[in-house]
Amino acid sequence: MDATEQMVLANRLTDGRVVFLAADGSWVDDIGGGAVAAGPGTARDLLAAALQAESRNVVVEPYLIGIRQVAGQRQPVAWREAIRAAGPTVRTDQAD
Amino acid sequence: MYRYDEFDHTLVAERIATFRRQVGRRLSGDLTEDQFKPLRLMNGLYLQLHAYMLRVNIPYGCLSSRQLRQLAHIARRYDRSFGHFTTRQNIQYNWIRLDETPDILAALAEVEMNAMQSSGNCVRNITADQFAGRAREEIEDPRPWCELIRQWSILHPEFSYLPRKFKIAVSGATVDRAAVKFHDVGLYLRRNADGVVGFEVIAGGGQGRLPFVGHTIREWLAKDDLLSYLEAILRIYNLGGRRDNPQKARIKVQVNALGPDEFRRLVDEEWEQIRQSPLLAVPRAEIDRIAAYFADPAWAALPDASAAVAGQRLVDPAFDDWCRNNVVEHRTPGYAIVNLSLKSPGIAPGDLTADQMDKVAELAERFSLGELRVSHRQNLVFPDVQQRELHSLWQELRKLSLATPNIGKLTDIIACPGLDFCALANTRAIPVAQDISRHFSDAAVLQDIGELTINISGCMNACGHHHVGHIGILGVEKNGQEFYQLTLGGSSGEDASLGDRLGRSISAAEVPPAIDAIVGRYKALRLADERFLDTYRRVGIEPFKEAVYGPRTREVA
Repeated sequence: MDATEQMVLANRLTDGRVVFLAADGSWVDDIGGGAVAAGPGTARDLLAAALQAESRNVVVEPYLIGIRQVAGQRQPVAWREAIRAAGPTVRTDQAD
Repeated sequence: MYRYDEFDHTLVAERIATFRRQVGRRLSGDLTEDQFKPLRLMNGLYLQLHAYMLRVNIPYGCLSSRQLRQLAHIARRYDRSFGHFTTRQNIQYNWIRLDETPDILAALAEVEMNAMQSSGNCVRNITADQFAGRAREEIEDPRPWCELIRQWSILHPEFSYLPRKFKIAVSGATVDRAAVKFHDVGLYLRRNADGVVGFEVIAGGGQGRLPFVGHTIREWLAKDDLLSYLEAILRIYNLGGRRDNPQKARIKVQVNALGPDEFRRLVDEEWEQIRQSPLLAVPRAEIDRIAAYFADPAWAALPDASAAVAGQRLVDPAFDDWCRNNVVEHRTPGYAIVNLSLKSPGIAPGDLTADQMDKVAELAERFSLGELRVSHRQNLVFPDVQQRELHSLWQELRKLSLATPNIGKLTDIIACPGLDFCALANTRAIPVAQDISRHFSDAAVLQDIGELTINISGCMNACGHHHVGHIGILGVEKNGQEFYQLTLGGSSGEDASLGDRLGRSISAAEVPPAIDAIVGRYKALRLADERFLDTYRRVGIEPFKEAVYGPRTREVA
């Protein structure tokens, strides 16, 4: 596990859905497609790009989250962000 | 039910047009999120963990079949085919798009509904007893007064930017089913010594981080003075409420800091200045016009059919259970009030699918004159069911999983959306409710336990009313893990009280066994058919603490 890895998560402006900042500057639904910052410097750059996207009204409230690898999958360290990334743990019958 | 007049239609249409322009400006970048946020909140639109959430007003919990069908349509067309009924008798949609919200508001307006002031620092939806106009022990129907307050408070120029949100509840019954004493202002319709009906006015109640039972600041207020007195309260709050600290900005902090006597003095002083204002004196004709919307429906002249129902109950124990728990006496012979439980085992409390909504709308037309109510305990009510139709209705409700015989029982759980949906929550609430409801799914067990409410909140904001559950459950986060703190002895009724903290918080897996232990101790201690709350008040917290934590455990805060 490497808890120092970080990604940027935000709500997309138009529909409010959870999105992750990708390496090419786009925003993707899947945590697997997002860019990972391995150190503090890269994380700052990622967040700066995200804040620019916020000022261009693409996303709302972007912030850095810690991630780790669990069974080869990226997973947010914090429970709150894990739920944001994976969706509610209830009403899974009504999922996408 | 109240129907929009030309003024209402115009007001709502103009509001939607304004919001459509505001959404357009947000999407084009002319408005920043900071600029847009207060505008969207005034229209009930939040940004939550996974999407936008839209809260739709259900004024004082009254709905028609036509409106419920439209809510089903909105759930299907714009959301994920379900809605969540809240403790403020509203409905919330969890998967809303910003760019579609104006269209949703337009769809709501088609059936005379809106989301105005369902959020923001303003007067929110007025809530009421869900049995209003039907309860046998009622002094007077509160709904006309709720509607009057709604009209007074919508877009009130002086009170659109209060220090914090402001919630008003009204009950006309002697039994409090609306948690009146836990509102910013609570109103009970009461008779004075001369038998004249007026209002007992309660102020400064609330839950959240700083819970308080409201104080009676006026024992009796003449009906004609209602708006001027409310205006005086809101003015004193608007001027003196703590705008410097959102945690202390509710009126409850002001009332309890000043003390109820000083708060009363300030209100009375202000009231003397404005009580003769023609702007606040509502003409009797206008009150009569509003009241006419709530006139008794065309009930059939029916004999009391309770003997026939008793016969059906004798031969059908499941029907008997349902009647005992979910059916309430109506003030008119031959009729009954029916509670639809939105708390079947394993279901998220208060959730209803679009298909269920459509079917319930149909059943309300067939069995309850096309009208239904939402309760603050997140259930639905058919207010006008003929007793002779009860068995048929019960059979239909069973098909929809809406006939669980548990109203007021342990599995009739209030739960907020919690961390599954809410951006403010620290922990989940719904899965805890689901676990408890599965654990106690045996109707005979519930019946033996008797009246016992469980309320669950996923954070200190207490949207799940944990402070006033007979058993309250508050989710707390510790080192990234979910824990739950139990309280005992709360009540939202006329015997209002705040729960006492039982001890250290426990894991989610430990909650059902802890409830088991509390219930077991209660059953061992109760006298005859004494309610849990009464046993608790008689014996205190220690026996229950021992039941959950063991005799030698020393609790650490």
